[in-house]
Amino acid sequence: MDSTGIHAALRGRFDTAVGELAPGPFEPSIEVDASAIEAVCTFLRDEEGLEFDNLSNLSGADYPDLERIQAVYSLFSYKQRHSITLRVNADRAAPVIPTVEAVWPAANWLEREIFDLLGVEFSGHCDLRRILLPEDWVGYPLRKDYEEQPDYHGISTVRESLLTMKKD
Amino acid sequence: MSVELEVHNSQGLPTEEMTLNMGPQHPSTHGVLRFIVKADGEVMRRAIPDIGYLHRSIEKIAEKVGWHGFMPYTDRVDYVAAMACNQGWAMAAEQLADIEVPRRGEYCRVIAAELSRICSHLLGVGAMGMDMGAITPFTHAIRERDMIMDLIEELCGARLTFNYMRIGGVAWDLPHGFVEKVSHYLDHLEPVIEEFNQLLGFNRIYVKRLADVATVDADMAIAWGLVGPNLRGSGVDFDVRRDLPYSVYEDFDFDVPLGSGEMGSIGDSWDRYIVRMREMVESIRILRQALAGIPEGPVIARVARNFKPPVGDVHVKIEAPRGEQSWYVSSDGSEYPHRVHIRTGSFTAMGIIDRLSHGLMIADLVAVIASMDIVAPEVDR
Repeated sequence: MDSTGIHAALRGRFDTAVGELAPGPFEPSIEVDASAIEAVCTFLRDEEGLEFDNLSNLSGADYPDLERIQAVYSLFSYKQRHSITLRVNADRAAPVIPTVEAVWPAANWLEREIFDLLGVEFSGHCDLRRILLPEDWVGYPLRKDYEEQPDYHGISTVRESLLTMKKD
Repeated sequence: MSVELEVHNSQGLPTEEMTLNMGPQHPSTHGVLRFIVKADGEVMRRAIPDIGYLHRSIEKIAEKVGWHGFMPYTDRVDYVAAMACNQGWAMAAEQLADIEVPRRGEYCRVIAAELSRICSHLLGVGAMGMDMGAITPFTHAIRERDMIMDLIEELCGARLTFNYMRIGGVAWDLPHGFVEKVSHYLDHLEPVIEEFNQLLGFNRIYVKRLADVATVDADMAIAWGLVGPNLRGSGVDFDVRRDLPYSVYEDFDFDVPLGSGEMGSIGDSWDRYIVRMREMVESIRILRQALAGIPEGPVIARVARNFKPPVGDVHVKIEAPRGEQSWYVSSDGSEYPHRVHIRTGSFTAMGIIDRLSHGLMIADLVAVIASMDIVAPEVDR
């Protein structure tokens, strides 16, 4: 099914919780309300003819000017061989998006990665911990206003300071 | 997170669950990985992966070094098969800026990428044998791999971190006599793969060690996002090169090997092994066609030094040796990428291990890691 058909099916079921089909310069995408994402994903997975059985990628990006963090879901169907991109915007001050872990287990780690690097809280996630960074790391590195902590457990994170470090 | 499970031994008496630490420095973990193993004797209740020991914040670096400058960093994403990462990044930037790569450039890419795939699979299956206790096949695999390294060194001057591709094409044309050398090497390699299978793959001990171990059925593989040889090992007929063709893969005729449960059940560790072996044969087929059909012409398109693609984001999928690599690249129209995200094959393969480990023997955890061909730097980036 092409993206117009997928969008029509979603619109028919979820009405305004699903935004317009954005043709985009590269690939069509659909904006979805954060509150509806789990229901939308379940529908996309289970509906006859759609059958998106695979969450191929889940990325996130920070847009400080727009005061939001956007999660981008790239879905693929091995049965139907079609794909669609969903976008979910979250408030940058307190980003919360419901988890889709129950729909595709692959989301477990992908959501943890976004939590780790961008600080999006995936509500309902069974095990939302940092995944790549140490558990006691401060801040979310892929946010545009991130400032690295000057040291971590006494280890400097700044190269210049190695030259000026005192020998105790 | 700690889950206390009630444990009873075979007589129904309560025993104590043992927590073991495996890694981060462990010879079978192919890099720096750590598992927290909850075991009842030799049988695992869970193996919880703890990753991030090789995290080099490559995605953050991309936002600081600019479009052209990021190319050498992509080598480090998966240094066992750097060509694939080069290609993913170049393709993402090209799609954003709508650049068409000259056909000779695309052929050079395919030749480099397929050589790199054979290289990576050789290391993968060789190390797999070693993890199962067969040391000698590893030396055979490394011997063959070294010859490819020599060829690639002639091509781009590096043996591991190639930095061969550029946005718009490749850095250098094939050197003089390269086509003949590669053809000659392929003639040498084809019987070696068969020999390797006789030595290791169909060896009775090896088969017994891997058949029916850590079976992943097709639905589970898809839901957990397994990709590439791990997905095809479970019998899912999908290859990005054939089904969502990119570059010039449409020009070539090749088969997609699938796991069929020859030695046990579909999707077991042995199936994942044999898919890799047969993929090497297919790579040889692709290479022969590419070498025969390579057109004349330039190898790189004209690309501005001050490269600024228009605003937008793309998803690019390529078939890397460790499976579909999915690049999400977003541009805000400046000379630095706004966001780069790489979903690698090893990342999702690592994610499934917790689920797979229930009821396996501790020694089989090594088989799972090896058969999934997990490479730690690709998990952590």
